[in-house]
Amino acid sequence: MIPQNRKSKTTTATAESNGEKYVLRLYVTGATSRSRRAILNINAICGEHLQGRCNLEIVDILQKPALAREAQIVAAPTLIKLQPLPLRRIIGDLSDTEKVLAGLDLKREAQV
Amino acid sequence: MSTHRLKLFPKNGIRKCLTGIDGLDQIAEGGLPEGRATLVCGPTGSGKTVLAMEFLVRGAAEFNEPGVFMAFEETGEELSQNVASMGFDLPGLCARKKLAVDHVLVDRSEIEESGDYDLAGLFVRLESAIKAIGAKRVVLDTLESLFSGFANVNILRAELRRLFGWLKSRGITAVITAEKGDGRLTREGIEEYVADCVILLDHRVENQTSTRLLRVVKYRGSMHGTNEYPFLIGSSGLSVLPLSSLRLEHKALNQRVSTGVARLDTMLGGKGFYRGSSILVSGGAGTGKSSLAAHFVRAACLRGERALYMASERSTDEVLRNMRSIGIDLEPFVKRGLLRFCALRAATFGMETHLLTVHNLLAAFKPKVMVVDAITNFASLGTQSEVDSMVTRLIDMLKSRRITAIFTSCTSADSPPGFSEVGVSSQMDTWLLLRNLESNGERNRGLYVVKSRGMAHSNQIRSFVLSDNGIQLLDVYVGSSGLLTGSARRTQEAGEQAEATEREEHLKQKGSELRQKRQQLEARIASMRSEYELEEKSLLSDVHEMEMRGKQIALGRAEMGLARKADRIRGNGRGSA
Repeated sequence: MIPQNRKSKTTTATAESNGEKYVLRLYVTGATSRSRRAILNINAICGEHLQGRCNLEIVDILQKPALAREAQIVAAPTLIKLQPLPLRRIIGDLSDTEKVLAGLDLKREAQV
Repeated sequence: MSTHRLKLFPKNGIRKCLTGIDGLDQIAEGGLPEGRATLVCGPTGSGKTVLAMEFLVRGAAEFNEPGVFMAFEETGEELSQNVASMGFDLPGLCARKKLAVDHVLVDRSEIEESGDYDLAGLFVRLESAIKAIGAKRVVLDTLESLFSGFANVNILRAELRRLFGWLKSRGITAVITAEKGDGRLTREGIEEYVADCVILLDHRVENQTSTRLLRVVKYRGSMHGTNEYPFLIGSSGLSVLPLSSLRLEHKALNQRVSTGVARLDTMLGGKGFYRGSSILVSGGAGTGKSSLAAHFVRAACLRGERALYMASERSTDEVLRNMRSIGIDLEPFVKRGLLRFCALRAATFGMETHLLTVHNLLAAFKPKVMVVDAITNFASLGTQSEVDSMVTRLIDMLKSRRITAIFTSCTSADSPPGFSEVGVSSQMDTWLLLRNLESNGERNRGLYVVKSRGMAHSNQIRSFVLSDNGIQLLDVYVGSSGLLTGSARRTQEAGEQAEATEREEHLKQKGSELRQKRQQLEARIASMRSEYELEEKSLLSDVHEMEMRGKQIALGRAEMGLARKADRIRGNGRGSA
């Protein structure tokens, strides 16, 4: 059921182009180099693939540990795709763009 | 008890953290290494989570050391429910900030990895939880779940190393659980990182009965018990049964307790058993072992002491009824709470579980005396050495609590003491043997003291009867052909009585005979005397007569001379011719 769901959404996104809104949250740990790299990478991806339809929030779990528990954060940095469903987590400094795009269901779109 | 142990084993640098888990602190000689991580590993369902949780709950409740439980497998609610049956109130402890539970969910299916990462999320959550309640203890259950959640094993291993270092630097005493792997302690080799103390739990099924076992595999810088110790997860948590305490250090008591049978006390130096001693009462079926035990229990209850009766053959009601038939009513003691029965079939559990049941009962009920009726029922639960070891541990447990205990042992008919008894008996202080003495087509009960350490005791075989007033020891009755019992005894008794009467008659007769003889003698003396007197009389009269006659003759001659006118002077003799 879930793959079917995902497929329909992807096709919708492709068909309607910029139609679908993305809600992303990136959990980082302060100003480490890894955190900075992750922020830069996601900003670049959003700018390139999700122009104008991306709501990105950056959370510093060192400041707000409760949010880390709430969102079940174990690894850092963690990017969570809250919208569109299904929920996805991408961990790491997001340097592997292909994998990030795959995780955000943008890969096919990127190839188009 | 634990503090007492601590005194015995100087820490030599290693500080220990008491777990509060029954028995574990003794095996680990004072607890887990403080400020370090302990690995608890074992197969699924071996009790890792319970051990870990109890470590935290007891720490919070008994040692005022709050703890954080990082649950990788179960949610907080699930955990609460699972341990509620052991009386652990997780929500309550959490509300009082004694405990924090954080469920860490790692779902591989929704994770994509892109580039370099660390486990800072876990660290942050752990740290905030520790800070929030001032935790001294941490449990990570089961850390290995992380391995299924993350693909980059190199990162994971580096992070685990960092985690343990981090915990150590904070002086946190941690318990890490892990699944047992093939051929090694844990599936992912976590033991490489946690090297200070490793506890292995196991779960074994033998003879269709399962036994949980615990072993301290490694304890850096500390002494520890190295055996496999059985443990039980019961209504008050985990209890580990330390095999016979590592040392023999029971204090010998000089106090004596009555056997409940006055004349048996007499046989045992006049005072009965030593308090805290173990007594083996062995004998064939129907020799009165349970009855003897009931006497002992009654005597204890009458003294106001608590007694525990472990019956493995009969139900409580049956025991009560049977004992009533010989005039021992134990029911009032049960009602007053002085006597508790524990009626369980031996085969219900494995031996270890039985031991633990007893262990827990002893701790809860605190009896002064105990009866195990019959210890032979446990023989079927394992091999000879296992049964011996169980008895050793049981005796040890009882001795350390100074409980005087009677073990009944059912031997086959009246065979000489069986092999098992020999093994067990060396650990007993007193051994009473009850025997059926068969002779003249009947069976009678006999009792003797095989041994009784540290006291003078009778060497007599005593016969006894089970009367309406319980066991009655009879007088020692030794006839010309050995100990006599039953009707033989009565026959012999009657015979000997008749003989005695006869003897008396005989004596009387002889006496009167003697009297008669004397009388006869005296009569004869009297008659002889009278005869003599008669004779004397006649002799005297003869003498007199003869004297008289002599006089007469002289007189007659003078008269004749006169008549013849013979001269008186010369005339006598020649002149006359």
